Amino acid sequence: MTALALPTRKDEDFRYADLAALERVWPVAIETIALAEGEHRALSMVNLGVRELVIVLAPGASLDLHVLNAGPDYGRLALRAELGTGSRFNFGAAQLAGSGQVLEVVTEVQHLGPDAVSQQTVRSVAGGSSSVNYLGKVHVAKGADGTDGSQSVRAMLLDRQSAANAKPELEIHADDVKCAHGCAVGELDKQALFYLAQRGLPPEAAKKLMLQAFVAEAFVGAADEEALQAQALAALEVML
Amino acid sequence: MLKIENLHATVADKPILKGLSLSINAGEVHAIMGPNGAGKSTLSYVLGGRPGYEVTEGSVTFMGQDLLALEPHERAAAGLFLGFQYPVEIPGVSFVQFMRESANAQRKGRGEPPLSGGDFLKLAREKAALLKMDMEMLKRPVNVGFSGGEKKRAEMVQMGILNPSLAVLDETDSGLDIDALRVVGEGINATMRANDKAVLLITHYQRLLDYVQPDFVHVLAGGRIVRTGGPELAHELEEHGYEAVA
Repeated sequence: MTALALPTRKDEDFRYADLAALERVWPVAIETIALAEGEHRALSMVNLGVRELVIVLAPGASLDLHVLNAGPDYGRLALRAELGTGSRFNFGAAQLAGSGQVLEVVTEVQHLGPDAVSQQTVRSVAGGSSSVNYLGKVHVAKGADGTDGSQSVRAMLLDRQSAANAKPELEIHADDVKCAHGCAVGELDKQALFYLAQRGLPPEAAKKLMLQAFVAEAFVGAADEEALQAQALAALEVML
Repeated sequence: MLKIENLHATVADKPILKGLSLSINAGEVHAIMGPNGAGKSTLSYVLGGRPGYEVTEGSVTFMGQDLLALEPHERAAAGLFLGFQYPVEIPGVSFVQFMRESANAQRKGRGEPPLSGGDFLKLAREKAALLKMDMEMLKRPVNVGFSGGEKKRAEMVQMGILNPSLAVLDETDSGLDIDALRVVGEGINATMRANDKAVLLITHYQRLLDYVQPDFVHVLAGGRIVRTGGPELAHELEEHGYEAVA
């Protein structure tokens, strides 16, 4: 395989991708984020287009990465994170897809040394004929005991034509590890929508309020939490 | 204020209300009592416009308007408040934000200017104090982690903030201990006892009626009002049961 060949559906990481959109930006440059021993950094990314990150965390380093993926038409964040001993990777992503959009997050988190912690929280909303995807692998290397890796993935579908694909995966080669993953695809709670309507909120306002709360879970702990929430709200207003 | 005529309604194609008629004038408090499955909650949901509750016959006029033609949020803006038997938990949405947006959506629907943040908080604080509810609780997500009694009190705080013309309170007394029952009863009186307002209490028990005294008591059975009387009817029901009275 040559590195520059355009991926096809057969490539696992691209099975739900918008290949026509991908072709327009291919090949994608790989960006590296490397943190030195004990270094802490907090990053936010908004409306990224197609990006590919390699994250290297030296022992004891800690990275908070928060992402709002709302487009433009095809938004894709692929990342590989290599976690050294005792490092910490906290990843929160919200994806807000309106009609015609394909948004996806593809992660591979590698616990290479012992006692590293990774936490992934992905909240996706799909409206109209859009799709939101999450492909996430947590790999625990041999000897990486004391690993704590979690994936919390939820998607909300607003219309019949909306789709969500989620594939959390674990590959564990160590004995003493704690890995949790939760994954759910659903719709807005109809009882709650009626409750909000009975208090006077029109349907769009009620949906917006509930989706805002849902999406906010991805931004917990972000340094610029309020700014991300405000941008997410603006994106929701466009969608609804 | 409210005139229900020959109301028939189905839930999942099953007839529940079968010719219910009821008139409520401004200034009155009505109580509806009745056995389980009589259609009490269905009546409150039909009035609120809950999806899935289908009116097949009859009419409901609320303050001169065809209530059934309005969307649920329009009914709220018109002055109808539903106290839920099981208030819904909404994770992540703070009570204060929810109430402020609701109050202002209603005001917008009526062509009134929105409440400022300061004015709203003042109002919320006042109504919370009336129900002896800690303002800190209202900064938490709506009903999440509230006990049964706290949920019911929070409903009454909402009613105080929204200041409706007609309150339909579905088993607001269930889940309340004796002290909370008194506080809720006083809250209902303070908010709703007025010449231009009315209350429809749906309840199983006489005890709430000791605090909020009804002008009329109705017995609902088999989807219809089968008997109407004064406050003494509630005592009679308590003593002899529905079967003997209705």
